[in-house]
This record gives sequence, structure tokens and C-alpha cells, in this order.
Amino acid sequence: MIAYLSIRNLSVSLSNGPEILRSISLDVDAGEVHGLVGESGAGKSIIGKSVLGILPRAMGITSGEIWLDGVNLLSLSVAQRRRRIGALAALIPQDPLTALNPSRRIGPQITRRLVGILGWSKSAAQARALELLKEVHIENPEHVMRSYPHELSGGMRQRVLIASAFAAEPKLIIADEPTTALDVTVQKQILRLVGEMQARHRTALLFVTHDLGVVSKVCDHLSVLYAGMIVEKSQMRSFFAAPSHPYSRALLAASPKYDDLSGGLVPVPQAVIDQLDGEITAFDKGSRT
Amino acid sequence: MLCSIQSYAMRDTRSEIRPKLGIRLWLCGGWLFCLVLGALFAPWISPQDPLAQDLFAARLPPFWVAGSEPGFWLGTDSLGRDVLSRMLHGARLALIVAFIAGTLTCLIGSTLGIFAGYYQGWADRVISRFIDIWMAFPPVLFAILLIAVIGTGMTSIIIAIIIIDWTRFTRVVRAETMSQSVMDYIASAQVAGRGKFSTMVSEILPNLLPTIVVLLSLEMGIAVIVEAILSFVNLSISTDSPTWGGMIAEGRISIHQAWWVLVFPLIALFLTVLSFSQFGEGLKDRFDPVLR
Repeated sequence: MIAYLSIRNLSVSLSNGPEILRSISLDVDAGEVHGLVGESGAGKSIIGKSVLGILPRAMGITSGEIWLDGVNLLSLSVAQRRRRIGALAALIPQDPLTALNPSRRIGPQITRRLVGILGWSKSAAQARALELLKEVHIENPEHVMRSYPHELSGGMRQRVLIASAFAAEPKLIIADEPTTALDVTVQKQILRLVGEMQARHRTALLFVTHDLGVVSKVCDHLSVLYAGMIVEKSQMRSFFAAPSHPYSRALLAASPKYDDLSGGLVPVPQAVIDQLDGEITAFDKGSRT
Repeated sequence: MLCSIQSYAMRDTRSEIRPKLGIRLWLCGGWLFCLVLGALFAPWISPQDPLAQDLFAARLPPFWVAGSEPGFWLGTDSLGRDVLSRMLHGARLALIVAFIAGTLTCLIGSTLGIFAGYYQGWADRVISRFIDIWMAFPPVLFAILLIAVIGTGMTSIIIAIIIIDWTRFTRVVRAETMSQSVMDYIASAQVAGRGKFSTMVSEILPNLLPTIVVLLSLEMGIAVIVEAILSFVNLSISTDSPTWGGMIAEGRISIHQAWWVLVFPLIALFLTVLSFSQFGEGLKDRFDPVLR
């Protein structure tokens, strides 16, 4: 039995050579939340973008398979893939300030998938959008539907984005650091909301973040990335109880502890970085021969 | 374009925040409106025939100066032709050139720009290199050369303006498209199953409109200037039809005897070009949803 989203040996590189992802494999089942953590530049977001087919121009998938609902997306034509992704998957983007088209009202931006891909009637889509806006705890949804993005606050926009991600009942949602651009109090509400919506709709959720605290609140499984390699994959609970890779241990040790501020910042030890570099060199040698 | 402006306007009434219509927009819009009216009704409201010569009434001063004659409000030129009537008829030509040349330049330039900026790759390389080459030519000389080759006449002027000025739109629209197309909402649209072309038209284009409107209005002002320059050097329409540039050229010769022949068309030209450029800016300030 193949998982709902199954990424097999995915490699992505820049068109001029350097590798961004090194043979990534991971599975996300329906109803499961999979966290992707790592430093900036580790390739977390690129995994999500490869799945959705929105890689930046300069990057390309060099090898691997992406199975979504039993079909290898990379074996489809571009148009077929776009339609399939449109029907099955959705994205909660990182920055709510640029993720809504500034010159269009909120309503059509939520309903466009329903009308465009699933062929709903306009009024049915409208009703569904209102219902969703209520689900994400927006008061006065009729007013919001008629607003322009600049008339809403950052937190409101992120709610709208969550609503529109869940609008067409997608089976897979990729959340690309959905809370990074928000302040802490709003972050907590949004996280709770994502969890709530995910549980209610039994969606597979790939949650990209660099915040281990966030991971511990939402995810069932997690993968730790370093320089485009997965260094550790484990269950949430066992990860926080006993991380197996030294890099994961170093990451955990580096997150600040609010009850003990005396320790200061703990950097990742040089020995761990040397070990990681060794693993990468070994991997690159192996893939070249 | 119109419909999006209307929808912005509708939003104002809804949210009950009515920003005051800027004085700039009023003044510029007012002048342009009067000019359009004057040009439209020139044959009926001109006090005299713009081509009628009367050497006995040559170089009559404007109405408030001693020696003026009723019926010749802004005086007459050295051949006795009424300045006001000639200006009104000149406005027709100036405005026709401004609207047609401006709009066509805008359409062609913006289309090339949005394609270059959105599809990039070889389309962008070809178009950008063309722009580089194009901009190496000094525009006015280029215009004069073009007219010399394709002949005078209204169509030639319009073609010349398009050929010279499309780069202005293409450059700006291309840059703006590139900065829009890396925004998250474009990625979202694509994840939602929109094709490339339809993303370009329905997601990016509406966000370019404020920029395009400003450019279009600027371009109309520029078209007026180019037309005036060409008629100043006598490369416009036939020599006897009244044009602002032609009047300025004639007025220059007799400036010591009859300053009004030079000054009134100059003022009209100045106000028109200024109004076009400021009108676009004013519209943008008022209707751009991001700025407000």
C-alpha cells in the first residue's frame, strides 16, 4: 500500500549545477501531519514546491518520483499535472501579505478553485466560501468576501488563505511556514486553526517550518533536513524524547528554554557539522559513481 | 481598464471613506475636458475660419490690448488669420494624435512587456536586446528621419510615435511583471490549476493597470509634444492646416511685432502636456488599491 503522498528519491538542482535536494524520500498518509524542519536554505520549501510544480525557474527536478493518490505526478504532462494538483492539493503560503492578489476581492480568490476546477456553480461556491470563513473564525464573512486584501490585517489574510486552501476539500495541503510572517499571539491561533481544520477534513498535511516548537504542537511525524538531505525521520514523540542523529540533538539543544535563560545560545558543535559534511560528501560520491 | 476603475470607485462608496478628489486631478481633468470640448466643436465655435487670410487685419493684438478688433479675441498672425480659431483647430489634430498614438503605443508596448516579463527565456532576450538597440537612437532625430522616409501626414506621425515610444511601455511593464510574477499569489493561482496564459491575463494584468494608466497618460502628453515638434519643423500634416507646432514656428518669426502668435499656442501646449502627465499621476494616487 502506497502512502497518499509518497516522494521517492527526489533530487532537485539549480540549472547551473549545484544540488538543492539530495535524493529525498518521504511519505505522508491521509489524515497525517508531517513536519519538515531544518535551517534556512536546507531545502524545506523546495520539497513542497516540487510537489506542487511551482519550482522557481532556475531549478529543475533531476530524478525521482512524486506519487500523489497513486499517480506519479512526474510522469504526467504539464497540463495534466496542473489539473491533478489543482483538484487534489492546495498551498498555504508563507507570506500572507503577498499571497493574495491585491487587485481582486477576497471572495473570487477563495471560490476560484471551486468554480474553475471542480465546476461548482457560482452561488454554491459563494455559500461554501462564507461557511469556510466562518470556520476560520472570521466574523462578518460577507463583508470580508467583498473586501480587498489591503483592507485586512495579516492575521485575517492568513485566515483567508487557510480558508481558501481548504475550500475545495483537498486531500493534501502543503503549509509553507504559515506562521513565520505573523506575530506570536496570532501564530498560536493560526496553528490551532490549521490543526483544527486538518483534523476535521482529514487532510494529509506537509508542514514546513524552522520552528521546533511549532512542530511539537501540530505534527505526527517529522523529517529533519540539512543541506537538502534528510538526516533524521521519526515519530514526533520519540524525536523529542530521544533524537537519534547528533544534528537533531544539537537543534533541540539550540532552541531557547524559557524557564532557564542563564544558558544563553547553544551553537551547533563543529563536530556535528563535520559529520554532516562527511555524510554529504559520501552521498555525492555515491550518487556520482 | 474602465471597469476596474469603476469597481474601485464602487468600493469607495461602500466603505464610506471618501478621500477628497485632489485639486491636481480637478485642474488637469478640467483643462483636458475643456480642450476635448473645444476640439470636438471647433468648426462651430471658432469665431473665424482658421484658414481665411486678411492682410488688412494682420497682426491684430488680443482683445485687451489697444488696437484690437472684436471677433479676433486672441489676435491675428502676420497673414491675418485668427489665432484662437487656429488654436481650436490645432487642438483637434493634437488630441487625435495623442489619443490614437498613445493608445496604440500603449497596447503594443505593454503586450510585448508583459510577455517578456512573464515568459522570460528567449522571448525576453529578443525583446530586451531590441529595446537596447532602439534606445540608442535619439528619439526626435529618429522621428524626423522616419517621417522623411515614410512621408508626412497624420498616419505617418502616429506610426512614427509608435515606433519611437513602444520601448517606454515595454521596459516598465516588463520590470513590473517580473516583480509581480515572483509573488506568492501567482504560485497560489498556479496551484489552483490556472494555466500560464490565464494567470498572466487574470492575475498579473490587473495589477499592472495603475502603472499602465500613468504611462498611457504620460505618453499622450509626449505624443502632443512630438506632433508639435514635427509640425514645428514642417513635417506634420499639409503646411496650411493649423497646428500648434506650426503656429509656434510662424510666431517665432514675428515675435517682436506680434508676441501673441507665439505665446498662446505655447501656453496651450504647455498646459496640455502638463495636464496629461499630472492627470495620470492623480488617477493613480486616487485609485491604486495598494497606495491607498
